[in-house]
Amino acid sequence: MTRSVLVVDDESNIVLSLEFLMKQAGFDVRVARDGEAALTEVAKSPPDLILLDVMMPKRDGYDVCQTIRANPDWKNVRIIMLTAKGRDIEREKGLAMGADDYITKPFSTREVVERVKHYLA
Amino acid sequence: MSGAVVIGVAFAYLCLLFAIAYWGDKRADARRSLIAHPAIYALSIAVYCTSWTFYGSVGRATQTGVGFLPIYLGPTLMAALWWLVLRKMVRISKTHRITSIADFVSSRYGKSTFLSGLVTVIAVIGIMPYISLQLKAVSASFTALVEFAAPGSTPGLPLPGADTPFHADTALYVAAILAAFAILFGTRHIDASEHHEGMVAAIAFESIVKLLAFLAVGLFVAFGLFAGPGDIFRQAAERADLARLFTMPDAGAIGDFVALTLLSMLVILCLPRQFQVSVVECVDEVHIKRAMWMFPLYLLLINLFVLPIAFAGLLTFQPGTVHPDLFVLALPLSQGHQFLALFAFIGGLSAATGMIIVETVALATMVCNDLVMPVLLRIEGLNLAQRRDLSRLLLAIRRWTIVVVVLLGYLYVRLIGQSFALVTIGLVSFAAAAQFAPVLLGGIFWRGATRAGAVAGLMGGFGVWLYTLLLPSFARSGWLPVGFVDHGLFGFALLKPYALFGLSGLDPITHSLIWSLIANLGFYIAVSLASGQGAIERIQAALFVDVFRPSGEAGGGRFWRGTAPVADLQELVGRFVGEEAAARAFALYAAERGLDLALQGEADADLVNFAERILAGAIGAASARVMVASVAKGEVVGLQEVMEILDEASQILAYSQKLEMKSKELEQATAELTAANERLKELDRLKDDFVSTITHELRTPLTSIRSFSEILHDNPELDLGQRQEFLRIVISESERLTRLINQVLDLAKIEAGSLDWDIRTLDVAEAVRAALTATQRLAGDKGVTLTVDLEAGAPPVPADRDRLIQVMVNLLSNAVKFAPPDKGRIAVTLAATPEGVRVSVADNGPGIPADHHEAVFDKFRQVGDTLTEKPEGSGLGLAISRTILEHLGGRIWVESRPGEGATFNFVLPRAV
Repeated sequence: MTRSVLVVDDESNIVLSLEFLMKQAGFDVRVARDGEAALTEVAKSPPDLILLDVMMPKRDGYDVCQTIRANPDWKNVRIIMLTAKGRDIEREKGLAMGADDYITKPFSTREVVERVKHYLA
Repeated sequence: MSGAVVIGVAFAYLCLLFAIAYWGDKRADARRSLIAHPAIYALSIAVYCTSWTFYGSVGRATQTGVGFLPIYLGPTLMAALWWLVLRKMVRISKTHRITSIADFVSSRYGKSTFLSGLVTVIAVIGIMPYISLQLKAVSASFTALVEFAAPGSTPGLPLPGADTPFHADTALYVAAILAAFAILFGTRHIDASEHHEGMVAAIAFESIVKLLAFLAVGLFVAFGLFAGPGDIFRQAAERADLARLFTMPDAGAIGDFVALTLLSMLVILCLPRQFQVSVVECVDEVHIKRAMWMFPLYLLLINLFVLPIAFAGLLTFQPGTVHPDLFVLALPLSQGHQFLALFAFIGGLSAATGMIIVETVALATMVCNDLVMPVLLRIEGLNLAQRRDLSRLLLAIRRWTIVVVVLLGYLYVRLIGQSFALVTIGLVSFAAAAQFAPVLLGGIFWRGATRAGAVAGLMGGFGVWLYTLLLPSFARSGWLPVGFVDHGLFGFALLKPYALFGLSGLDPITHSLIWSLIANLGFYIAVSLASGQGAIERIQAALFVDVFRPSGEAGGGRFWRGTAPVADLQELVGRFVGEEAAARAFALYAAERGLDLALQGEADADLVNFAERILAGAIGAASARVMVASVAKGEVVGLQEVMEILDEASQILAYSQKLEMKSKELEQATAELTAANERLKELDRLKDDFVSTITHELRTPLTSIRSFSEILHDNPELDLGQRQEFLRIVISESERLTRLINQVLDLAKIEAGSLDWDIRTLDVAEAVRAALTATQRLAGDKGVTLTVDLEAGAPPVPADRDRLIQVMVNLLSNAVKFAPPDKGRIAVTLAATPEGVRVSVADNGPGIPADHHEAVFDKFRQVGDTLTEKPEGSGLGLAISRTILEHLGGRIWVESRPGEGATFNFVLPRAV
């Protein structure tokens, strides 16, 4: 069964690159441009994993992460936070919000793919 | 009459007096005071009537008629004021244990030992003529009595003069005997309160004797010799040479009359002996009430027969044969009434001895307490404070003082006294004593009088008195060159002692009185007003002036700290007043308060004050203070010190107020620092945010670049179209990164002030057109229509062309960014305003809500956050634009409503 990945970011070029990488890795890819859209997608059909940007318009990544974790139906959704904010405190905060992993931008494409594969193995 | 008889009777009389005094002292010791009667008090004040009154009034009356009266009129007038004045002085003296007029004055003016010494010196010198007068009177009357023996013969009275050998001079023996008696009366023991009850009793007795003697002579003359006073006056009026005595001759005489009345008003308070009997010896101030009418009555009685005797003498004796001063004796003698004459002699002796005893005792107290003791106490070598028994020393000083004072009086009578009548000599002393009046009366009624004023007044008045009365009297007698009297000092007529500054036509006494009192009062008032009072002076002034206020009773006004053993205090007091007396006083103190001093090891403040007051009674306030302070382990705090402590306290208070202010200032500074710190923290946080945001903004394009670079690298099989697409993204994101880095650098430079500005006056429209050219393609790509309206003739303004273009490109690219694709419209206008040049860029984009109108100019604030599509851009453009315009002296703002597009405006000011 094909695993699904939801890519959430407001930077279209980053979305484009992640979409390409996930498709190449053989995952079913969906895309959202902001936090609200991400939650809509999750509500439609919870993906197996979310690549979630933190700094976004409307609802930010922390907010989205928290909302998903608050819903027991979505407890199996893996969440990897992606952020350009590289400070430790933000990493801590992301993990505290219930994220499974935390990747700092700019990232290594191979590492992202490996991590996603790791969580969806 | 034989000299032996006269001497025997006189001696017997003096012994009787002594017996009375002795008895009075015994009664006093037994607490059954002989003198606790108002009549005794009034009679003792009659010590005012000396041999001058007894013999001199008649003499004066033979020259000026009623001219003898002012001397008695003055005291009569003053007696009416006694309840106001004398009672106050008595109250003050009781409160402060005043022992003499010098003590009184010094106490009032801050317990100044200098002032008490000055008063003492003036008193001794001033009173010397007065004492000489008594000696002269006694010796003259003695001689008259002894040598005039034959009834019917005319008494010739050769007064002893400078040519008489000392051993033959009656006055010398009189002086010696009177000195001895004064010592016996006044200095048998040192009394804590300085009361001499026995002496007062004797004086009162003498007053009765001299009054009776004078009345006896008067009655004899008026009714024995003549047919009543009316007969005498009638006979006198018939004599042409005597008629003038019935009238006041001229204005000058009236002036003298008034002046002498005033003078005697003052001296009844100021003469040391009057102060002694009426103030110091006053046992109860209620007695003053009786004295107020009884004393004037006494004066009236003793003056009743002055004129009859005077006229009788003038009618009886040939002019020049009998000295008028001796009419009182000569009239009975001429009629052969030897016993009456002897009685009159005893009366005159009473008058003289009374005066000398009281005067010398008063002077001795002053000299001892206010002149000698302060000096001795200051001589460290003598170590007086440690001496076992000082009462013997005190007594010795007083006895020697009496001897010296009486001898001085004798010298005066021998050297000068021959040249003047009794009354004149007396008035010289009166004028000296009157010098005390301003400081005395001013002291009890004028709070502002100062020590310096008192010293200046006394010195001024006394100086004038010396120059206008005493020195001329020496000159007249040949002891000084007489030239300065006749021609003025150094030949200046204005300095003639009897006509100072041209004031002539007056009696020398009146003349001196006027000038000395003017000098005295003038200096006293002027210097008092000009000088300040010390702390202790101020307090003493208040205690004296306000003595009748309840709080004035405190008297001591002394604070006490630390401890002093009771035994030590008693021993100290004992050394001055005698151990027995001290023990008695302390026992009485304890009994009155129900204390057992033996159990009370340490003295309290009350007891220390009590001890000091006893000492003050024996040695004066100033010395007592020194003694208690020296013995009581230096722990007595004088008011001076208390005032200093208070001063210090107020300084500390001021200091602590300053500290409080400082601490407030510090608090304020702390608050400011805290605020500044908060501001710094805020700035630090903003900087962190800025760095964090910059990091984010830098990492975002980097992420795309790296991702697509890796994709391209890892996927060589990608088709060309896709490869081209990804490379275009890499290039575009690289450009974005470069732009961002440049803008961050720009902003940092502008903010740090290190950007190079090329400011010159330029045409704004030209810069706007350059920016339009640069952005035209951008707008065209998005299908946005540009309308441009640049007003011609707008004034050139100072600006940096490149920065101005940067601002315009920013605004135009923003407008393009937010304008809807294909339907977008951008209007650029330029217009001249009074302010300068205004440029507007209006778009038809989504607009900006009012609450963001300011925020859009913040760094990295992209109001585009509200858009679904994230606009491209660093978020620094507007921030940079604003910074540039502010640097150029202009401003930038936005006008917009959501949904109606936004108009960015900026203004560049004209050149100044």
